[in-house]
Amino acid sequence: MKEPVLEIKDFCVDYGLGDQGVQAVRDVTLTLHRGEVLGLAGESGSGKSTLAYGVTRLLPPPGVISGGSVVYHPPNGDSYDVMALNDAELRAFRWAETSIVFQGAMNSLNPVHKVSTQMLDVIRAHEPGLTPQARTARAQEMLKLVGISADRMDAYPHQLSGGMRQRVMIGMALVLEPQIVIMDEPTTALDVVMQRQILAQLVELRERLGFSVLFITHDLSLLVEFSDRIAIMYGGRIVEEARSADLYKDSLHPYSEGLLKSFPALRGPRRELAGIPGSPPDLRGMPSGCSFHPRCPHAFDRCSAEIPVLGVPSARNDPDRSVACWLPGRVPVG
Amino acid sequence: MKFLLQRIAFYLFTAWAALTINFFIPRMIPGDPVTSLINKFQGQMSTEAINSLYVLFGLDKDASLWGQYVDYWGQVFRGDLGLSFTFFPTPVADILGQSLPWTIALVGITTFASFMIGTSLGVLAGWRRGSWLDGLLPVTTFLSSIPYFWLGLLAITLLAGPGSIFPSSGGYEPGLVPSWNGEFIGSAIQHSLLPAVTILISSVSGWILSMRNMMVTVASEDYITVAHAKGLPERRVMVSYAARNALLPNVSGFALSLGFIVGGTLLVEIVFSYPGIGYNLFQAVGAKDYPLMQGIFLVITLSVLVANLMADIAYLLLDPRTRKEG
Amino acid sequence: MSAPASTITAVTPEGPEVAAAPAKRRRLRFVANPKAATGLIVLAFFCVIAVIGPWIAPYDPSARSSDLIQPPSGKHWFGTTHLGQDIFSQVLVGTRGVMFVGLLAGIVATALSVLIGVSAGFLGGAADESLSALSNVFLVIPALPLIIIVASTIPSAGDLMVALVIGLTSWAWGARVLRAQTLSLRRRDYVEAARATGETTWRIITAEIMPNLTAIIASGFVGTVIFAVMSEITLAFIGISTISEWNWGTILFWAQSQQALAQGAWWWFVPAGLAIAILGTALSLINFGIDEFVSPRLRSSGHTRMRTKDGHTVRMRVGFTPVLGSKEQPATPVVRRTKEDAA
Repeated sequence: MKEPVLEIKDFCVDYGLGDQGVQAVRDVTLTLHRGEVLGLAGESGSGKSTLAYGVTRLLPPPGVISGGSVVYHPPNGDSYDVMALNDAELRAFRWAETSIVFQGAMNSLNPVHKVSTQMLDVIRAHEPGLTPQARTARAQEMLKLVGISADRMDAYPHQLSGGMRQRVMIGMALVLEPQIVIMDEPTTALDVVMQRQILAQLVELRERLGFSVLFITHDLSLLVEFSDRIAIMYGGRIVEEARSADLYKDSLHPYSEGLLKSFPALRGPRRELAGIPGSPPDLRGMPSGCSFHPRCPHAFDRCSAEIPVLGVPSARNDPDRSVACWLPGRVPVG
Repeated sequence: MKFLLQRIAFYLFTAWAALTINFFIPRMIPGDPVTSLINKFQGQMSTEAINSLYVLFGLDKDASLWGQYVDYWGQVFRGDLGLSFTFFPTPVADILGQSLPWTIALVGITTFASFMIGTSLGVLAGWRRGSWLDGLLPVTTFLSSIPYFWLGLLAITLLAGPGSIFPSSGGYEPGLVPSWNGEFIGSAIQHSLLPAVTILISSVSGWILSMRNMMVTVASEDYITVAHAKGLPERRVMVSYAARNALLPNVSGFALSLGFIVGGTLLVEIVFSYPGIGYNLFQAVGAKDYPLMQGIFLVITLSVLVANLMADIAYLLLDPRTRKEG
Repeated sequence: MSAPASTITAVTPEGPEVAAAPAKRRRLRFVANPKAATGLIVLAFFCVIAVIGPWIAPYDPSARSSDLIQPPSGKHWFGTTHLGQDIFSQVLVGTRGVMFVGLLAGIVATALSVLIGVSAGFLGGAADESLSALSNVFLVIPALPLIIIVASTIPSAGDLMVALVIGLTSWAWGARVLRAQTLSLRRRDYVEAARATGETTWRIITAEIMPNLTAIIASGFVGTVIFAVMSEITLAFIGISTISEWNWGTILFWAQSQQALAQGAWWWFVPAGLAIAILGTALSLINFGIDEFVSPRLRSSGHTRMRTKDGHTVRMRVGFTPVLGSKEQPATPVVRRTKEDAA
C-alpha cells in the first residue's frame, strides 16, 4: 500500500521575471510516498536542486515559483498546499514536517555558534513548550543516533571534521522527527568510504523513524544502491521515473541510458563505459521539442518538433513507470 | 591566546616605530626652528628644560645619533616630553594629561556610538533590501563626504545662536571649576552635545554602508538558507545568524579605520574650541610649538593602539575560530 | 577622515566573475552604472574647473575691494570677504590646487600600494612578512596627525610638498587590500600554469595578475584621492600649508579666523564646504560603482520588487520564495484526501 506524503503537480520555477526570466523547472509532477527513498538524478543544471529548493520555497532571488502546487499530507490532519502558506505557516511547516540536508556541510553550520546552540534553537522555535532540559536531552539523543558523542555538543563547527559536520546536519534534520527529509548532494564533499557509511546509517535510521527521503544527486550509482525509486531530470523536466532496479536493468530514456553507462557497474557483468556527448542545455536557449534531442543518438524528426509528454510507456504496461520520449514503444498509451 | 600575544607584539612594534618616526622627523628638517624658539625663551628656561629639548630635537650635535636615540628613549620613558612654548613654561606632559580625558570622552564615546548605530542600521538595510533604508544611503553618503569640521561650523551657525541651549564653544561653563559634581557634569554634557552629533552624523554612514554590504554578502551563505529552512523566527535568523557573522569583518574594519577617524574627529574639537587634544594641536600648529605637536602625535598614536587592542579583544570574543583551545 | 568603508568589501575575492567577461563589455557596463556615471560626470566637471578656473574667475581672488563682507549678489555671486575679496573667484581658482594635490597624492599612494602590496602578496615568505608589517604600522598610526606634524616641520609647504607628504603616508590601506587579492590570485590555476610553463615572474605579474587587480587598484586610487583632498583642506584650514596659494581649505581658514560665523557671513564658508562635499560624494559614487561592478550582489534595491505580466508586484527576498499567481488561489488548503482515495 502506497500512501503519498508529498505531491508535486505541474511545478514551474523561473529565475527572474518577464523578458529576463528563464524557466529552470518546467511542469514537474512527482509524488513522494510515505517511507520511501525517492532519488532525483541529473547533470548539474538539470534543475534538480532548484526543484528541491522550490518545493520548500527557499530559492534565493531572483527565483520565483511560477506555477503548480505542492500538496503535503500530514500523517493525521488535513492536507494543504505548501505554496499557499503564509510566512508564519511556512515557518511552522519547515523542519517540523520537511527538513533539508544541504550540499556542502562545511558551510551549512553557522561558524560562530556551538553545535548545541544550533540544535537547540530549532527545537525552541518549533516546540516552545519544552523545558531546557528536555530540549538538551532530545538533541543529545539525536546526535547519539548519528554517531556524535555528547561531549561534542559544545564544539564549534570548525572543530569538527567534514564527516562529523555532515552527521551533525543529518542529526539536526531529524531532531523534530519530520515526515520528509530532502537531501541535496549530502555526501558529495566527503570521501567514498565516508559517503557509504553515512548513507547506510541513514537507511537504518529511516527504518527506525519512518521518514521519507527525497535524495538529490548527480551520482546515479548511489541512487541505484540506496533508493526505492528514481526520477531522472533533464533540462528542467522529468524524463523518466521508475523503480531503481527497473531503471538500472532496463532504462527507457536515451538520457538515462547515457547516465547509467557513465559509471562502472557495481555488480553483474562488466559493461563498457561511455559518457554522453555534448553538454547540458543552456536555460536561456532551450532546444525545441525534446531538450535532449541535440545529444540523443536516436533522435528523429519528431524529437525537435514536439515536446514529449511523461507517461506510462506502451511497451511496458507498468503503472509504476513513466518516460518522456518519442521513440517507438515509449510513447504513452492512448 | 596566541592571537592576542601576536597582536600585542605587533602593537609594541608599532609603538616603537611611531616613537622612532617621532625621533627622526625633527632631525630631518632643514634649518632649525626649535633653536630660534629656545633662544626666544632663553632667560626663562632652566638648563634642565633646555637640555630636555636638546635631546628631543637632536640639537646636541656632540652626541652620536645612537647616543641621541638612547637619550631620547630614556626621556620618553620618564614621561618628559619637553616644555610647551604655547603654554610656557608648562611641561607638555601636563597639558596632555589635562586635555586627554576630554578627547577620550568625546571622541571615544561618539566613535563607539557611531559604530554601534551605523552597524545596527546597516543590519536592517542589508536584511530588508529595497526598504526605505536603501533610500537613505545616498543621503548618508553625502553627509560622510562633508568634512567633519565644516559640518561643525554649520551646526554652530544653525543651532548655537544666542539663546540656544547648545553652547558654541568650550567644554563647560566658563565660571565652573572642573570637579565631579552634578552641575559641572551637566554642563560638560551640554557642551559636548553638538560636537558629538557632528561626529556622529559624518561618521555613521561609513558603518551603515559597510555593514549593509557585509549583510548582503552573508545573506547568500548556506547557513542562512539552513536557518530559514529550520523555520526559525526571522529576527533570530537576522540577528544571530546573519548579523553575527557580518559583524566580524566590520569589527576588524573598525580597528583598522580608527586611525582615519580619530584624525577627522580631532578637527571637530578645533571648531568647537573643545578643551581636548585636537584643540591643543591647533594651538600648537599656530604657535609652531614643536614639543607639543610631537607629544600630541605620540599620545594619539598610543591611544589608537590601545583602542585597536580593545577591538582585537572584542573580535576574539566574537569569533570562536580565533580562540584556540589550550 | 571619512572611513574608506567601501574598500573593506573589496577584500572579498570575486575575481573569477570579473575575469570571465570580455574586457570591452566590462568597461562599458561600468560606465553604464548610474552611480559611477554620475560620479564621473561630476569629477569631470571639477577637472574642467581646475584647468580653466583661473581664466573664468571674474576677479583676482586676492584683490581687495571696498565691498566688505557683502552677501551674495549679481556682482559677487558668492559674496565677499572681510577684505572685499570675491569668494566665487576664490572657489574657482582654488579648485586647481585641490584637484592637483588630490590626484598627485592619489597617484603617489597608489603606485606605492601596488608596489608594496603586490610584491608582498606575490613574493610571500620573509618579504611578505616585513612588507605587511610595514603597511600595518602605517595603517595603525593615525595618518592625519602624522601629516600635520610632517607638513608643519617643512618650512613653506606648497601644494607639491603637501601632495607628496599625503601620498607617502596614505598608501597602506591599498597595499593591504592588494596583498590579500594578490595572495588569492597567486593560488589560482592559471597563475600556477603560467609558472609551470616557465614564464618569468615579471611577466606573470604584469600579464596574469595585474589585469585582475584593476578594479581594486582603481577603487584604492579613488579612496586615496578622497582622503588626500580632505587632508589637504584640513591642513589649509588649520593654517599649516601656505596661505598664499588659494584652495577651498584656505577660504575656510580665513572664514574661521575672521569669525565669519559670529558675523553671520554664512556665504563665506558654505560654498567651499559644499564644493568639498560634492567632490567627495562624486568620488564615493565612483567607488560604489566599482564595488557593485566587482560584486554584483551589492547592487541595491531596484530589483527586489518586480512586476509580473498580470500587474502584480512581487517582492524578492531571501528565505521566502514568492509564488506567482497565489493570490487567485484560495488560501484554504486543498480538499482533504481520505485514506480510501489514496489506497
